[in-house]
Amino acid sequence: MDHKKIMEFEEKCIQEHPPACNATCPVHVDVRSMLAEIKAGRFTEAFHIYRKSVPLPGIISHICDQPCRSACKRGGAGDAIAIAALEKACVQQMSIPLPKTTPSPRKPERVVIVGGGLRGLTAAHDLAKKGYSVTLFEAGSTLGESLSKNFAAVLPSQVIAEDLAIFDQLGVAIQLNTTVDKDISLAALSQDYDAVFLSTLPSEQQDQLTIDPITLSTEQKGVFAAGSPDKERAASPIGAVAEGRRAAISIDRYLQGVSLTAARENEGSFKTRLFTSIIGVEPLPVVPLGHNRSFYGQEEAMQEAARCIQCQCLECVKVCQYLTHFKGYPKKYIRQINHNLKMIKGRHEANTLINSCSLCGLCQEVCPEGLHLGELCGLARQEMVTKGKMPPSAHDFPIRDMEFSNGEQCVLTRHQPGHTVSNYLFFPGCQLSASAPNHVERAYAYVTEQLSGGVGLMLRCCGAPAEWSGRTEVFDGELQQIKAQWEEMGRPRLILACSTCGQMFKKHLPEMKTISLWELYDQYGLPEVAGAERPARVAVHDACTSRQEEDLQERVRKILRELGCQIDELPTSRDKTECCGYGGLMQFANHGLADDVMKRRINQSPADYVAYCAICRDNFAGKGKRTYHLLDLIYGEANPVAPARRGPGYSQRRENRVRLKNKLLKELWGEKTVLAENSFATIKLWIAEDVQEVMEHRLILVEDIQKVIEHAERTGKKLFNHESGHYLAYYQPVSVTYWVEYQPENEGFRIYNTYSHRMEIPHGDE
Amino acid sequence: MSQGKGQGAEKVIECMKCGIVMELGNVEVTYLNSKFPIQLPKCPQCGLVYIPEELATGKMLEVEKALEDK
Repeated sequence: MDHKKIMEFEEKCIQEHPPACNATCPVHVDVRSMLAEIKAGRFTEAFHIYRKSVPLPGIISHICDQPCRSACKRGGAGDAIAIAALEKACVQQMSIPLPKTTPSPRKPERVVIVGGGLRGLTAAHDLAKKGYSVTLFEAGSTLGESLSKNFAAVLPSQVIAEDLAIFDQLGVAIQLNTTVDKDISLAALSQDYDAVFLSTLPSEQQDQLTIDPITLSTEQKGVFAAGSPDKERAASPIGAVAEGRRAAISIDRYLQGVSLTAARENEGSFKTRLFTSIIGVEPLPVVPLGHNRSFYGQEEAMQEAARCIQCQCLECVKVCQYLTHFKGYPKKYIRQINHNLKMIKGRHEANTLINSCSLCGLCQEVCPEGLHLGELCGLARQEMVTKGKMPPSAHDFPIRDMEFSNGEQCVLTRHQPGHTVSNYLFFPGCQLSASAPNHVERAYAYVTEQLSGGVGLMLRCCGAPAEWSGRTEVFDGELQQIKAQWEEMGRPRLILACSTCGQMFKKHLPEMKTISLWELYDQYGLPEVAGAERPARVAVHDACTSRQEEDLQERVRKILRELGCQIDELPTSRDKTECCGYGGLMQFANHGLADDVMKRRINQSPADYVAYCAICRDNFAGKGKRTYHLLDLIYGEANPVAPARRGPGYSQRRENRVRLKNKLLKELWGEKTVLAENSFATIKLWIAEDVQEVMEHRLILVEDIQKVIEHAERTGKKLFNHESGHYLAYYQPVSVTYWVEYQPENEGFRIYNTYSHRMEIPHGDE
Repeated sequence: MSQGKGQGAEKVIECMKCGIVMELGNVEVTYLNSKFPIQLPKCPQCGLVYIPEELATGKMLEVEKALEDK
C-alpha cells in the first residue's frame, strides 16, 4: 500500500495528540502525566515532569497565570483542575534535594542576553544548558530584581534565590548594573558576541528593529529581540517564558546554521485536535486550598489531582470489542498494519489484527475525524492475498461455504412459474436460505402474491465472503455471474432480505436497482397469521451492514410496532449498531474474539432481541440469547417463553440450501432434479451432541467425516485403537486433513471424535 | 515438533490394513513449502501414520500458524 494512503489513515487518529492543557500551555507542561503522579502521591516524579518544560519551577509555580486551566476539560463536569496550585504543591512536596543541572559539552560560541526578566532568564537557562557560553546583562544591582518588583505579593525572595542558583551551576556570567545603549552599544555587543538576545527592547531600539514574531530575529544578523519591558509586565508570565524559549531555539539554530523557520508550528500555545468526551464523567468541584493557606497540602493535592480525567479520545475503542481486544488504538494498529505489509522476512505479527476486524465501520461513525479502520483492514487483506501472504487457514472455510452456495446443488435462477419475464427478482441470500429455508418459501410466496409483472427467484450468495477475505478476483467473478444472470432476466428490480447483499450490490453493482423485503411488507401489509406467537417487548439489533440504511431501519421498527411489539433501543443501534461477530469473517479468523463480541452484544439488554439478518440471529441465539428473526415475528413463530432456538450447524446449513432449491424446483416449477449424489453421502452417521459441538468449533462438516470413512472402508486404510476399541482414519479431501474416530453401528457409523490439521502427511490421501 | 502426549500410543494402535501394531518412526510432514521431520507412530509395513488429537490441535496447529505468518 502506498505510503501516502497509510499516512492518511494514521493522520486521522488523534489519540496521541496532546490534551488541551498541554497544548494550551505555551511551554507545554505534560500536565496529564504530572497529575497522574501527584494522584499517586509521587510528588518528586511529578516535579521532574514539571521541570522538564519549565526552567525556573519555584518561581513559575508561584506566578503562573495558568492559561491551561481555561482549556481543562474537567471544567465541563464541575470545576477545571487547579493546575498551578498543584504545580506549586509539587515544588513544595519534593522529597529530595534538586539534583544539580549540568550543561552539555561546551560549545565555542558566545551569546549575550540582555535583560534579567523571565524572557532573559529562560533564554540564558536554555542556551547555557546547551553548552553555549552565556553572559547575561542585568540592569539592576541583583539578579531577579525585576521579578521581585513585579511579583512582590506572591513571590517570596527565598524562592527567587533558590531558583536563580541554577545560573551558577550552568556557569552563566552575570553582569549587573549594565544597560544597553547606556553602558554598552548594541553595535559593540554584536561585535563581541556571536548572538545577541535583547529580551527587553530598550525604547531607543524599538523603532529601529523589526522583530519576526515566529523566530524573534531582527534585520541585524545575529540579533534577536522580544517586546518592551512594559509588555512583559502586562503579558502572561508563562507567555514570557515561552518567548525566552523561542529566542533560545532560534539562537541555537542560528549558531548551528540550520533553518530558523522549519517546524515551529507547535511552539507556544496551540489548539489540540485531541477529542475527549466528558459524557458520563461525574461533576466534581475543585478541592479547596487548606485553611489559612494559599497552597495545597499533600493529601489535598492528591485529591485535586485525582479529579483529572486523564484526557484521551478512544471513542472507537470504547464501543468496539475488536479495538479493545488488541489493547491499543487505531494509530498504533495502523503502524502495525503498515509494518506488517512492508516486511518481507520474519513473523507477520499483525495478520490476526488485520483479519479480526468485522469491517463494520462503527469506528468511523464515532470517530471525531471519521477514521474507518475497517477500510484499511480490507485493503490490507487485498494486498496480502495479491502477494500470497494471506494465511490459508484464515478464510478457507467460509470461502468453501460460499463456493458451495454458488455451486450447482444450491443455485437457482428462474422467472416466476407461469411468467416469461420478471419485473422483480427475489434474492433472499445464502444465510437466510441456510438458516430458515421455510422463511424463504413464505417470503417468496408473499412477494409473488403482492407484486405483478413476475417475481423471479435467484438463490445464491452475493459474494460477500470473498470481498471480506480480500479475494478481489473471486469476488468480481461472483458479481459478474450475478450481473449476467440479472441481465438475462431482463434487469429486474432485486428484492433483498439481507442487508449484506444490499451493501455489496449498492457498492459494486450500483446499476442494479434494489428494494428491501421489509419495505414491501411495510408497503403491502403484513400477512394475517392465526394463533401467532410474539413477544410484547423486543430490542432491535440492526445488522452492521445496514448501518447507512436509515429507511430500512425505520421500516423494521414500523413493522414491529404494527405487530404490537414495544421496542427497546439498544445503547448502540441504527448508524451506531455493532457487528454480531460474523462481519468481515471475524468469526473464522478469530473465534475467541467473535465470542466476546457476541457476549458483549447480547448483554446490552434483558429484552428478547429481534434481528433482520439470519447470521446475527443465529449467532446470538447460539449464545443462549432469545433472538428472533424479523420473519419469525411476521409469521408469528416467535415464542417468548421457549429457550433460545439455536440455528442449524454448518453441515445442516449446507443441506438446507440444497433442499430449498430442490423443494422449490419441485413444488413451484414442477421440475424434478436428480442430484448426482456422491458415494460418501449415503453413509449414515450417528453423532452425539457433544461431538457435533466439536465439529462446529473445528469447522468439520458431516460430509468431511463421510469422506474419511468412505475412504477408510474402501481402502482398508484405518487404524484400530486397542485401548478405546475405536477405529481411526484420516483423509485429505482438500487442503485440510480430517481424522475421525469411529465404530460401525446400526448400518452406519458412530462418531466419537474428529479433528483436523493442515500439515500434510506424505501420501496421506492415498 | 514433539509428539507430546502421543508418546507410547503406538503400542495400542494397530494398522488394520497390515494387521501390525504401529511403531515409532520418522515421518516428514510438510506445510507451505516447509518440511518437518517428526517421530510418529507408524505402520512399519505400509507407512500409515497416527497423529494424536493433542498433537494436531496443539503443537502442530502452533507450527501451522507460525508458518502462515512467516
